[in-house]
Amino acid sequence: MILPWLILIPFIAGLLCWQAERFSTALPRWIALWSMALVLALSVWLWVTGDASLAPAPGAEPAWLAQFRLPWIDRLGISLHLAVDGLSVLMLSLTGLLGLFSVLCSWKEIQHRVGFFHLNLLWVIGGVIGVFLALDLFLFFFFWEMMLVPMFFLIALWGHSGTDGKTRINAAIKFFIFTQASGLIMLVAILGLVFVHYNTTGNLSFDYATLLTTELTPTTEMLLMLGFFVAFAVKFPVVPLHSWLPDAHAQAPTAGSVDLAGILLKTAAYGIMRFALPMFPNASAEFAPIAMTLGLVGIIYGAVLSFAQTDIKRLVAYSSVSHMGFVLIALYTGTQLALQGAVVQMIAHGLSAAALFILCGQLYERLHTRDMREMGGLWGKMRYLPALSLFFAVASLGMPGTGNFVGEFLILLGTFAVQPWVAVIATTGLVLGSVYSLVMIQRAYFGAPRDANATTLRGMNARELGMMLCLAVLVLLLGFYPQPVLDASAASMSGVQQWLGHAFSQLASAR
Amino acid sequence: MNLTLQHGIALLPLLVTSATAVAVMLGIAWRRSHAQTFILSVVGLNLALVSVLVTLHVTPLEVTPLLRVDHFAGFFMALVLIASLACATLAHAYLEGKDDSGYPGNREEFYLLLLLATAGGLVLACAQNLAALFIGLELLSVPLYGMIGYAFFSRHSLEASFKYLVLSAAGSSFILFGMALWYSEVGSLSFAALADGALAGPLSQAGLAMMLVGFGFKLSVVPFHLWTPDVYEGAPVPAAALLASASKVAIFSVLLRLFQSVPVTDTDWLHGLIMVLGIASMLAGNLLALMQSNLKRLLGYSSVAHFGYLLMVLAGNGGGETEAAAVYLATYMLTTLGAFGVITLMSSPYKDRDCDALYEYRGLFWRRPYLTAVLTVMMLSLAGIPLTAGFIGKFYLIAVGVDSHLWWMLGALIIGSAIGLFYYLRVMVILYLVEPTLRRREPPLNWGQQAGGIMLLLIAFLTVALGIYPQPLLLLAQAAGLGG
Repeated sequence: MILPWLILIPFIAGLLCWQAERFSTALPRWIALWSMALVLALSVWLWVTGDASLAPAPGAEPAWLAQFRLPWIDRLGISLHLAVDGLSVLMLSLTGLLGLFSVLCSWKEIQHRVGFFHLNLLWVIGGVIGVFLALDLFLFFFFWEMMLVPMFFLIALWGHSGTDGKTRINAAIKFFIFTQASGLIMLVAILGLVFVHYNTTGNLSFDYATLLTTELTPTTEMLLMLGFFVAFAVKFPVVPLHSWLPDAHAQAPTAGSVDLAGILLKTAAYGIMRFALPMFPNASAEFAPIAMTLGLVGIIYGAVLSFAQTDIKRLVAYSSVSHMGFVLIALYTGTQLALQGAVVQMIAHGLSAAALFILCGQLYERLHTRDMREMGGLWGKMRYLPALSLFFAVASLGMPGTGNFVGEFLILLGTFAVQPWVAVIATTGLVLGSVYSLVMIQRAYFGAPRDANATTLRGMNARELGMMLCLAVLVLLLGFYPQPVLDASAASMSGVQQWLGHAFSQLASAR
Repeated sequence: MNLTLQHGIALLPLLVTSATAVAVMLGIAWRRSHAQTFILSVVGLNLALVSVLVTLHVTPLEVTPLLRVDHFAGFFMALVLIASLACATLAHAYLEGKDDSGYPGNREEFYLLLLLATAGGLVLACAQNLAALFIGLELLSVPLYGMIGYAFFSRHSLEASFKYLVLSAAGSSFILFGMALWYSEVGSLSFAALADGALAGPLSQAGLAMMLVGFGFKLSVVPFHLWTPDVYEGAPVPAAALLASASKVAIFSVLLRLFQSVPVTDTDWLHGLIMVLGIASMLAGNLLALMQSNLKRLLGYSSVAHFGYLLMVLAGNGGGETEAAAVYLATYMLTTLGAFGVITLMSSPYKDRDCDALYEYRGLFWRRPYLTAVLTVMMLSLAGIPLTAGFIGKFYLIAVGVDSHLWWMLGALIIGSAIGLFYYLRVMVILYLVEPTLRRREPPLNWGQQAGGIMLLLIAFLTVALGIYPQPLLLLAQAAGLGG
């Protein structure tokens, strides 16, 4: 019964926040905070108590750590089927944690329409949790599309307008159109799969376990896989489809950027692991070289563009493109090591990108600009903030000792075993990563100070410092002792590996 | 053929509606009273709606060679009656005004016209004969001319009325010509005879094309859509709401029955033609809506796009089309009524012009939060976003498209939806933007007490509820299949 509550808590709390604004502006914040804490606690409880060795694997009825099923639309064979395995539990915990931080980081930033803001914030989180839990394809799509609406409002109503005419509303609409249109392509693919299954078995169902067994001809499998891939690629983002991301990230309020970078992007990787690879293993194996090439392009393109940015939030946004490129490569290698690395990388990137966006937000609250040309020489003017920025910049470039290092190292190691050249080229991403991360620190915090900000600025208060230290500790913990995460995801990833590995070996023998 | 009690029961909705029309007419002759006329019409329509349930006991039943009352007819009659009820409620809010404010002319005849148009819609839902089709079509259209031109002292309303009169009459004559060509081939007007008859010659093909043109006009499918935005803009909002909901639902229902029962429609060139029309409507409707700054015109173009989507049902051959059309029309009707309802309440009581410019909706959230919530839900539903009924409708259409392999139409639907999002979202954002200090319309504060407000909240609730739990609607739509 815990699973539906994970979804219901944010939705109900969101409504409460909306109405609580009548009484005080602080009340919505506290409601949101406590509901997120509850979600986090429940997810961690699932993680700690659950048996993570239960995960779907080929050849057997999928096993789950916990599941919940309720009939919903019988007419179409749709049920409210929620289930978790180790992978989803990790993602849920990340969602709960970043949800908590996104409430905290808006404590001072959002002063208008507080209740409505928290309604949207919590509904985004609720939608994302739904995506991580749903095992009915209709339900999955339902949440996948539904979370866009509150995100759209977050960007459009509380965002910041950028320079050179990039308004927040245009950014929000661009984000929505990209993700919605690609989502409809996925809907067509889902329905295609369902009808193929219906025509062969006469059984109309949207259930994951049922559809896994569908017999597909190679062409159909490839087309359906591409339909899913396009939707995931837009969210990922994979390079030719990434253009919504920098605008949306830069224009969103801090909490929006945290959610976008920290968890929304992860839904795409999760979707590939959960749906695209197990359902279409043969087509995925055939598609792997293209996907890896796209990942490489993403790594290098993201890094180069990140270097060229003057807006500090856009810089971090492009760095996400680069980091997610590693994850994309890892997903299509079909080795256990790389897949495990991808999970660690997703969590580490979630933490470090969220931290960097929160820091950008705090900087913006003090300087009222995100333009790095207006900054410079801030190192001596603020306590803690520059040092923490340096720490997370270093984490983002993959310094040993941080979670990001573990993730990227595992990915490269796992990739090298099967595709040495891909690993070699991807490694340049690490070098470029150091370049843009350090350039960000150099431009913002060192160099000659500007006249405009000659006075010393307000240091960090306990709330801001506490958030950052907490994230820093988690990044270090993930770097020094990633074993609990690896244990939790091992069974899920081994299932994915078996699906894909089998397809790879078939492909190799066919050639 | 002997008419028995059974036939009377089957015809109850139509009989009750017609009786109400007569009663309203006599009532007006006896004493002019807005409230009395309104209550009389609403009670009549409600009785008719209940009687639809009663007819289910005797269906399916042929009542004269003209009409056939079956589950399909029952479903669409219910839709038409619900739409008319909503329009009557909206019209009451719109025309009513204290003392000198409000609508200056005679208010009562509006309900008379509304009831007559509803009767036409009911005939269409049951029609199984080309003659009944034509009678229903005219009975629906002619009162609409009057309703669209009801604010006759306003140039826009009058212009819209004439535009609709001329184009609708042109459409009707195309349909009549097509019917004549079919009759010359088969010698009968009933759908059953047409189905059996050898409708293969060039004359019948030409007739089919003619009918398609006529229906294209009525349903405002590209390239016959030119009248739609002007008429929507000029018509008083309740009339526009009826035109957009009940009228289109009824006309599509008869088209659906015609297409499902007459095999001449099952040819490749026709499917190709419908596909082209559908794709053109989806793209053109959405693209033209992009540039609108008037909410009524925007909804007009959006309806062009939506009927483009719906044409997928006529092009498909998978078997689930009737059900998909029933679900889609129900959700679309609900959404349209909601959207027009918000405009109506914004424009109520009647002023010289309706409140339909987008800038008048700027920052509405901070003045009328519930009304804004309703309009937001409607915009999301029109865009087909999950949690709203519109998503279920679109889901069904995509399912039909995938099942019948209509890949080009699906592609156009995806592109059209992406374009459509742009303007639906624009409207939505405008509602929440900071209020300008310059111009504001102070609405009556007690709107929530008015019947219109309650009805709108009900529609919004239904839209969300059907988006979350559509099972009841799906079962009804399934039962509405033409077999039963």
